[in-house]
Amino acid sequence: MKYIGKKVIMMAATLLTVSFLVFLSFFVMSGDPVTSMLGTQATPEKVEALREEMGLNDSFFTQYFRWAGSFLKGDMGTSYSYRMPVESMIVDKIPVTLALTGIAFLLMLVLAVPLGIYTAKHEGGIADRSIYVINQIIMAIPPFFAGILITFLFGRIFRLFTPGGYVSYKENFGQFIGYMFFPALAIALPKTAMAVKLLRSSVIGEVKKDYVRTAFSRGNRSNQVFYNHILKNAVIPVVTFWGMALADMVAGSIIIEQVFSIPGLGRILLTSISNRDYPVVEAIIICIAFIVVFINLVVDIIYQLVDPRISTQEQE
Amino acid sequence: MSMKKKKNYNLIAGGILTGTMLLLIMIGIFYTPYDPNAMDPAAKFAGVSLAHPMGCDNFGRDVFSRVLQGSRTTLFVALCTVTIGTVFGIALGAVTGYYGGILDEILMRINDAVFAFPSLLLALVFISILGPGRNNVIAALGIAFVPSFARIVRGEFLKYRNMDYVKSAKLQGAGDWRIMFVHILPNAMPVLLSAIIIGFNNAVLAEAGMSYLGIGVQPPEASLGRMLSEAQSYLFTAPAYAIFPGAVIIWMVLGFSLLSEGIGAESEK
Repeated sequence: MKYIGKKVIMMAATLLTVSFLVFLSFFVMSGDPVTSMLGTQATPEKVEALREEMGLNDSFFTQYFRWAGSFLKGDMGTSYSYRMPVESMIVDKIPVTLALTGIAFLLMLVLAVPLGIYTAKHEGGIADRSIYVINQIIMAIPPFFAGILITFLFGRIFRLFTPGGYVSYKENFGQFIGYMFFPALAIALPKTAMAVKLLRSSVIGEVKKDYVRTAFSRGNRSNQVFYNHILKNAVIPVVTFWGMALADMVAGSIIIEQVFSIPGLGRILLTSISNRDYPVVEAIIICIAFIVVFINLVVDIIYQLVDPRISTQEQE
Repeated sequence: MSMKKKKNYNLIAGGILTGTMLLLIMIGIFYTPYDPNAMDPAAKFAGVSLAHPMGCDNFGRDVFSRVLQGSRTTLFVALCTVTIGTVFGIALGAVTGYYGGILDEILMRINDAVFAFPSLLLALVFISILGPGRNNVIAALGIAFVPSFARIVRGEFLKYRNMDYVKSAKLQGAGDWRIMFVHILPNAMPVLLSAIIIGFNNAVLAEAGMSYLGIGVQPPEASLGRMLSEAQSYLFTAPAYAIFPGAVIIWMVLGFSLLSEGIGAESEK
């Protein structure tokens, strides 16, 4: 429990640092939002009134704490371009991005675990070597190009889905998941290749250890040793990779949403970047940061469950 | 099969792929079959032919010439990015790893916070502040790559700073800078080198991704990512236009990753 408490405090500290850095960089670099909202022709009185209304005349720290404080209460500020509350713009986009990332992650697990085990068990065989070559190629494909290829292959030739035919999860959940499958596949493919490779080498490294020989010499059957001893230890380094992959997938979904015209966080982030709509950009960055940091926390906890040695080491 | 020595296929294949790529890019600096930006309305979406080995795009521009120019841009951005990441990463990692103390504690906390963040997202934050464009992408990706290099270098410096040879250098009166960069850094090189190659590939993929999103290299300058985003609109009518720039990105990344695996296997021998 002490371990988890420590990790939660670390998570809060990380979020605080990230939010501070993000706010600071936009504060220093972004220029005056009032000029961009009113144009250069505005009278000084008008500019001053709007500055006062938006609280831009206060000191940096006052502004930061006001922003961070209202963020915690769910008030993410007002969009410069649309003059509407940021939270109303992004709240219903979050589940879309999360669903995309979640499906991609599941796909990775479903594909990578059996393939990783299979290639490790048949090390050096034809299947192992062909999968190695395919893996190397898949890892070199940029996810957005994988998305384009998948659109062409499954959308055009096999006609398994309609490119651009996104259905909102509010309208029809089944069709929503159906549409998300192929974008998720584009995100999952390169990570799957890496996961297979990592699990394979982890298992192979574990098989050579002494305790495995001991387990065999005590007369255990090979599958029993494999699943109860080898896999349990081999999966430990892989869990860390899964966590990093999941965090990367959240970021990767920004690009894939663009490829498949999915209205998630990524699309609105890109529009806001080109509109220089900083409150929206800040809010989305913080939301994604929260998701990423939360994933890391969960990974740390799972990590401790699979490998109890970790928590005792950390306390020293 | 009778093989006396197991051949290092990764090294060979990686060398061939990377070598031909670099050769083509070098030739592209001095000669392209057409002006990469010259539009020829008559050749709009022209198919693959001897005159246009990769066909033409929606403006009738020669795709092969544009691919040559685009891969040069991508390579340039990746090189600059990795250089920025490595130089600042080494400086930061060396100082924090060697001296430790409060400075290390503060910098590494910030580093951890930034490291927890996917580098693509970090680069997007910088781009939204700096604005799009090639040089800004270099700056954004470069900064985004610093934490990972700093972390690796710091780990190596922590490992070596109490070694006997460092102590002996100290006794002989070597200064801190000399110890850091003449004695410790060369020992950290093997680990750093593989990180640089992986970083290079990530930079190629990130640059392509950002250009695809329209926030990287700006037109009319050709870029592989940008070409793909234009090609996507014509995917069903002219699939070749999308296939070639994409294949070149794969070629580049595959070449470097095979090369890095090959070098890794070679150094283990």
